[in-house]
Amino acid sequence: MVPLNYYIILSAILFTIGALGVLIRRNPLIIFMSIELMLNAANLALIAFSSAFNELDGQIFVFFVIAVAAAEVAVGLALIVQIFKSRHNINVDEINQLKG
Amino acid sequence: MLFNESAPLGFFYLAPWIVFLPLLGLFTNLIFGSRFSERVIGTVASLASGLTFAVSALLAYAVSINHGEVPSQKLAEWISIGPLSVDWAFRLDSLSTTMMLVVSGVGTLIHIYAIGYMHEDVRFKNDPSRFRSFFIYLNLFIAAMMILVGGDSYLMLFVGWEGVGLCSFLLIGFWYEMDTLARPSWANSDAAKKAMIANRIGDFGFLIAVFLMFVHFGTLQFDAVFEAAHHASSATITAITLFLLVGVAGKSAQIPLYVWLPDAMAGPTPVSALIHAATMVTAGVYLITRSADLYMLAPAAQNVVVITGAATALFAATIAVGQYDIKKVLAYSTISQLGFMVAAVGMGAYVAGMFHLITHAFFKALLFLSAGSVILGLERGHHHAAHAHAEKKPVRGLKKKKDEHDHAHDAHHAAEHHEVFDPGDMRNMGGLRKTMPVTFWLYMIGTLALAGIFPFAGFWSKDEILLDASLHFPAVYWVLTLAAFFTAFYMGRQVWMVFFGEPRHEAAAHAEESPKVMTVPLMVLAALSILGGALNLPFEGFHNLGHWLEHTLHEVESLPLDLTVAGISTAFALTAILISWLIYGRKPLVKDQKDPLSVLGGLFQSMTDKWYVDEIYQFLIVTPFSKLSQFLSDVIDGKFWHDWFHDTVLAGTYNWVSVTALSEYADRRGIDTFFNSWGDVTQWFSARLRTIQNGFVRSYALSVFLGVVVIIGYLLIRQTIR
Repeated sequence: MVPLNYYIILSAILFTIGALGVLIRRNPLIIFMSIELMLNAANLALIAFSSAFNELDGQIFVFFVIAVAAAEVAVGLALIVQIFKSRHNINVDEINQLKG
Repeated sequence: MLFNESAPLGFFYLAPWIVFLPLLGLFTNLIFGSRFSERVIGTVASLASGLTFAVSALLAYAVSINHGEVPSQKLAEWISIGPLSVDWAFRLDSLSTTMMLVVSGVGTLIHIYAIGYMHEDVRFKNDPSRFRSFFIYLNLFIAAMMILVGGDSYLMLFVGWEGVGLCSFLLIGFWYEMDTLARPSWANSDAAKKAMIANRIGDFGFLIAVFLMFVHFGTLQFDAVFEAAHHASSATITAITLFLLVGVAGKSAQIPLYVWLPDAMAGPTPVSALIHAATMVTAGVYLITRSADLYMLAPAAQNVVVITGAATALFAATIAVGQYDIKKVLAYSTISQLGFMVAAVGMGAYVAGMFHLITHAFFKALLFLSAGSVILGLERGHHHAAHAHAEKKPVRGLKKKKDEHDHAHDAHHAAEHHEVFDPGDMRNMGGLRKTMPVTFWLYMIGTLALAGIFPFAGFWSKDEILLDASLHFPAVYWVLTLAAFFTAFYMGRQVWMVFFGEPRHEAAAHAEESPKVMTVPLMVLAALSILGGALNLPFEGFHNLGHWLEHTLHEVESLPLDLTVAGISTAFALTAILISWLIYGRKPLVKDQKDPLSVLGGLFQSMTDKWYVDEIYQFLIVTPFSKLSQFLSDVIDGKFWHDWFHDTVLAGTYNWVSVTALSEYADRRGIDTFFNSWGDVTQWFSARLRTIQNGFVRSYALSVFLGVVVIIGYLLIRQTIR
C-alpha cells in the first residue's frame, strides 16, 4: 500500500503548480485549469486521508468540491466568453478597470 | 330644611332660571334668529325676559312666605382653593328679589318697546340685520344683571358686574361704525370705550375691595363677610368700603367717574332706558345696600359716600340745565338722581335709597323711552318731509302698509345725507304736543314724577331721602333740595322746549306718533310712575317696602311724613317749574333763537359745556397720560429698550458670541480645523492605499496567496512554539 505521505506530497506539488499557474499565467483558460488543478490536489488529499483513517467524510467532501468546481467553471467560462465578446481579448492583465 | 313645610318654598329651586331663561332666549335668537322674522325675535327675547319676571315674582312670593330666613340656593361649586370656597349660589332675600323684580319687570317692558323702536331704528340706520343682535345683547344683559343681583358672594356679584359692563359696552357702541350726526364715524365706539375705561377704573377699586376681603376674612360670601367684619379693624373696613365706593362711582356714574354716562347716550334709546337709567347704573346703589353691614361699621366711609352722592346730585343737575340734547338732559338727570340714591344709602337710609331706585327705574325708563318715541317721531317727520320734497308728493301717513313704508325709508335714505339732522336736539323740536299727544302725556307723567310733584312716585321717594337727610345731615339736605330744584327746572325747560311752542324744524312739524307696541309699555311705566309711591307711603302701617326690606337690612327706620320737608321740596319744585315757564313757556323759543338763559353768559355756557370736566380730564389725565405713554413708547421703549438694550446690548452680545466667539473661533478655527486635519490625514493615507488597488487580477491573487501563506505560516509557527 502506498504510504499516506506520498499522496500528501503529490497533492502539495499539484497544489503548488496550480497556485503558480494562477499567479503566473495570463490566459484565463490556463488560470482556470490551474484552479482545477488546485481543487483536485485538495481532493486527492481528502481522499487520501479518508482512505487512511477509514472515514467516509473526506469522500463526501470531494463530491461537494467536484460539484462546486463544475459550477465555478460554468460561471467562469461564461464570464470569459462575455469578456471576449466585448473586448476581443482575454488577457487578464488588460482587464484592470477595477483599479483604485 | 326648607322643604315639606309649605309648597311655595319649592319655588326657591327656580332661582337659577332667572339666569337660564334669558340665556335660553339669547341662544334661541343666536342660533335660529337668522331664520326668524323680527316679530319672532322680539317675542322670544321679550318672553325670555317676561318669564324671568314671572320667576322673580315666584321667588319674591316664596321669600315673603319664608319671613326672615335667607335661603341660599346653591347651583354648583365654582372655586375651591384651600380655605376659599366660592359657589355659584343665589341669595334669595327681600333685597335681591326686589332688584330682580325691578330689573326683569322694567326690562320686559323695554324689550317690548324695543321691538317697535329697533324696527324703525335699524331702518333709519340702513342695517336691518342688527335687529337680532340688539335683542341678543339685551337678553345677555338681563342674564348678567340677574347674576349681579342674585349672587350670594362678592365674586359672583362681580361676574354680573362685569357682564353688565360688557353689555353696556356692546350696546353703547351698537352703531359702532356709523354716525348720523356728522361726527367721526368712530364717535359711537369712542363713547363705548370711554364707558369701558371709566368702568375699568371703578372695577379696579371693586377688585381691590374683594381682595382685601379675601385677605382679611378669607371668604367672599356675603353673610360670612359681614360676620367676619365685626372682628376686623375699623381701618380694614374703611378701606374695603372706600374701595367699594370706587366701584360704585364707576358703575353708578358718581363723581369723579360719571363722565362716561352722558356719552353712553350714543346707544339706542331702549339701552339708555334699560341699562343707563333703570337698572345697571343702580347696581352701585344695590352694592352699597347689600354691603350695609360693612358700611355701618365704617362711619367715615359713609360720610364719603354721602358727600359723593350729594355733590354728584347737585353737580349733574346744574349741567342738565345747559344741555340741548333730549337724551343728554335725561342722562345728567340720571346721574343726579343716582347721586340722590347714593347719598341716601350713604346716610344709612337704605330703604329710601332702594325706594328711589325703584321709582326712578319706573319714571326714568318712562322718560327715556318717551324721549326715544320723540326722537323716532322726529326721524319719521324728517323722512316724510324729505320724501315730500324729493318726490313732490303729499306727505304720506304712517297708516300705510308697513312694507311700503319701510321701502320709502330705504329709498330716500341716501338722498338725505346731505343735510345733517339731529333728531335728539331739542332746538329742532317744539310743538310736539299736537303731533305726538300720547307721548306728550306720558312724558308729562314722567316729568312730574321726576320733579317730585305730589302724588307721583318721585315725590314720595325723593321726599324720604330729603327727610332722612334733614334729620342726619342738614347741609346735605340743602344740597339735595337745591338739586331737586334744578331737577324740576331742567325738566320744565325740556318739556316747554320739546312739546310747547311752535315747531322749530320741519321734522318736528311732520313728527308722527309712535305705534302701539311702543306706547303700551310706556303706559304701563306711566301707571307705575304714578302709583309707585304706594310701595312705601310714609304713613303708619304703610311702610310696605320698609317692612319688606327689614328682613334683609335689619335696621330700618320708618319715618312719618314731615310736612315741612315735603312742603319745602314741593315749593321748590313748583317754583322751578314756574321759573322755567317764565323763561321757556311764556314766550316759546323760535327757530334759531338762542337759549334765553344765554343772558347768564359764561355761567350758562359752562353748564352747556359740562363745566369743562371732560376738558379738565383731558388736560389733567388723558393728555399727560398720552404724553407719558408717548414718552414711554418713544424714549423708554424705543430708545432705551429697543435701540440701546436690545440692539446694542442684547444684539451686540449675541453677535459677538455667535459671530466672533462661536462662529469664528470655536467653529471655524477650532472644530473645522480639527476635523479638516483629520480629513487631510485620511485623504493622504487613502491616496497611498489606493495604489495597491491596481486592477490586475493576478496581483490580487498574489495578495490572497501571500495572505494565506502568512496566516498558515503564523499558525505553523504558533504550533511549533507551543
